[in-house]
Amino acid sequence: MGYSDKVRGIYQEQLKGIQQAGLFKQERFIHSPQAADIEVEFPTGASVKKVINMCANNYLGLSSHPDVVKAAHEGLDHRGYGMSSVRFICGTQDIHHELEGKVTEFLGTEDTILFPSCMDANAGVFEAVLTKDDMMIADRLVHASIIDGMRLCSAEQDTFKHGNMEHLEEKLQLHANRRVRLVITDGVFSMDGDTAQLDKMVELCEKYDAMVFIDDSHASGFIGKTGRGTHEKYGVVGKIDIITTTFGKALGGASGGCVSGRRELVEMCRQRARPYLFSNTIAPVVVSGVIKVLDILSKSTERRDKLEKNTEFWRKGLQEAGFVLKEGDTPIVPVMLFNAKLAQDISRDLYAEGIYAIGFFFPVVPQGQARIRTQISAGHEIHHLEKALDAFKKVGKKYDILGKTKQEIIEKYGA
Amino acid sequence: MDEMSQVVLTYVKNEYLEDEDEEITLDTPLISGGIVDSFSMVSLKRFLENKYKISIPDDKATPEAFDSVNKIVKLVREFVK
Repeated sequence: MGYSDKVRGIYQEQLKGIQQAGLFKQERFIHSPQAADIEVEFPTGASVKKVINMCANNYLGLSSHPDVVKAAHEGLDHRGYGMSSVRFICGTQDIHHELEGKVTEFLGTEDTILFPSCMDANAGVFEAVLTKDDMMIADRLVHASIIDGMRLCSAEQDTFKHGNMEHLEEKLQLHANRRVRLVITDGVFSMDGDTAQLDKMVELCEKYDAMVFIDDSHASGFIGKTGRGTHEKYGVVGKIDIITTTFGKALGGASGGCVSGRRELVEMCRQRARPYLFSNTIAPVVVSGVIKVLDILSKSTERRDKLEKNTEFWRKGLQEAGFVLKEGDTPIVPVMLFNAKLAQDISRDLYAEGIYAIGFFFPVVPQGQARIRTQISAGHEIHHLEKALDAFKKVGKKYDILGKTKQEIIEKYGA
Repeated sequence: MDEMSQVVLTYVKNEYLEDEDEEITLDTPLISGGIVDSFSMVSLKRFLENKYKISIPDDKATPEAFDSVNKIVKLVREFVK
C-alpha cells in the first residue's frame, strides 16, 4: 500500500499547519437555489438558517431566473446531457457555435472560443498566442488564474504597479525590442472592486504597439451602459485584443468561460490552447442557459440598471453609517476592517443577524487589508439591502468602528 | 552605505513600493515579506544585469537570493569582475 501511515502523517501535519495559520477553508452548504434569500447549513450539522446573501457573484440575479432555467431544461431535452468528447473530435454542437457567435456580438469582438471555465481560458490563452520572444506585462493585482496562465507560458513576464499608467509606460519602453508585448489586466479587480483605466491603457498600447488583454469576469453583463463590460465603460469597444470572461458569475452563474477577441488570436487558441484541446467543453444544458441569458441582456438593460441603483443605495448607506469603504462604483463593495480577526468576528455576528457576508484576509488580500467583501445583485430588493444595512450598523456599533478612520480602527484592533 | 547598496535600495523603493511613506532597510525581506512577487523579480534581475553588465544564471536568481537588498548586493558582487 503506497498510502502508508507515514505518508498519511505528512498530509495530516500539513493540514494542521493550515488550520493553525487560520487559513483553513470550510464549505457552507446551501439548501436552496442561488438567490438573494438562501437557506444555509453552517456549521455542518447545524439547523438550516434563512439568510440574505451578500457575497455571491450573482450580479444580475440570473442564476435561478425562470427563463434561464426553462432554456436549460429545453437544452437538456433537445441536445442531451453530455458530449463525451473534446470539441475537435465530436464534442461540438450547433449550440456551441451559436453561443460563440452571440458572445462575439455581445462583447463587440471579432471571434470567440468557449472554454470549460475562465480559469481554463486564462490557463490556455497566453501559451497559445505568445512565444519566448514575447513579453507579458501584468498589473500586480491580476487574478490568480492569470498568474497561473502566465506561469505556463514561455514568454517573459514583468509587472507594473496596480493601476499606475506611468509605470506601465516605463515598462512598455523598457521592453520595446520584443516581438510582441501583451499588457494584462483585470477589467474589474475582484478584491477591491476598482476598474482598470482602459482608455489610457489602450492609448499607451497604441503608442507603443502593444496588445491589451483583460479578464472581464467581474464585469461582463453589467459594467458599461449596456453591460458589455469594462471596455464599454471606457469607450474602447473593439480595441481590446483579448477578453476572457466567465459564464459563472453574472451571465447565469453556472460554469464555463471564453476567450474573445482578434480572429487570429482566437484561432490560435483553437489550434493550441491545451484546456480547449484536452477537455470537454461546456455541457449543452449550460450552453442553452447562457444563450438565453445573452438574449435577455441584449433586449433590455433593466437588470444592470437595477444593479446600478442597488449599488448606489448600498454604498451610500454604508458610507452614511460610518464604515470605511474601498472607493469605486462597481457592485463589489469592500467594507475595510484591516484586522483579520475583526473581519472574521464581524462576519460571524452578521451571520447571526441573518446576513451572509464573508471576511477576507491575508494571503487573499495584502497584510493589514482585511475586509468584508459585499457584492450587490439585481436580485436584491431594497428591503434586503435595508435589513443588511441595519445588521451592519448593529454589528459596527458593537465593535465601535462606526465613524472611525482607518488609523483609529488599526489603533484599536491592530492591522 | 556603499554605492551598490544605495543603487539597489533606490531601485527597489521606486519599483515596488506603492506607498511613498513606506520605509525599507537593507535587510527587509522583499519576497518572503510580500513586497516583491516572483513575477516582478524578472525586472529586478534585468535591471541588475543591465546596470552592472553581468549575466545572472537562472539557477542563481532564486527568491532566496533576492530576498533583501543585502542579499542581492552579495549576489551581484559574485558576478561583477
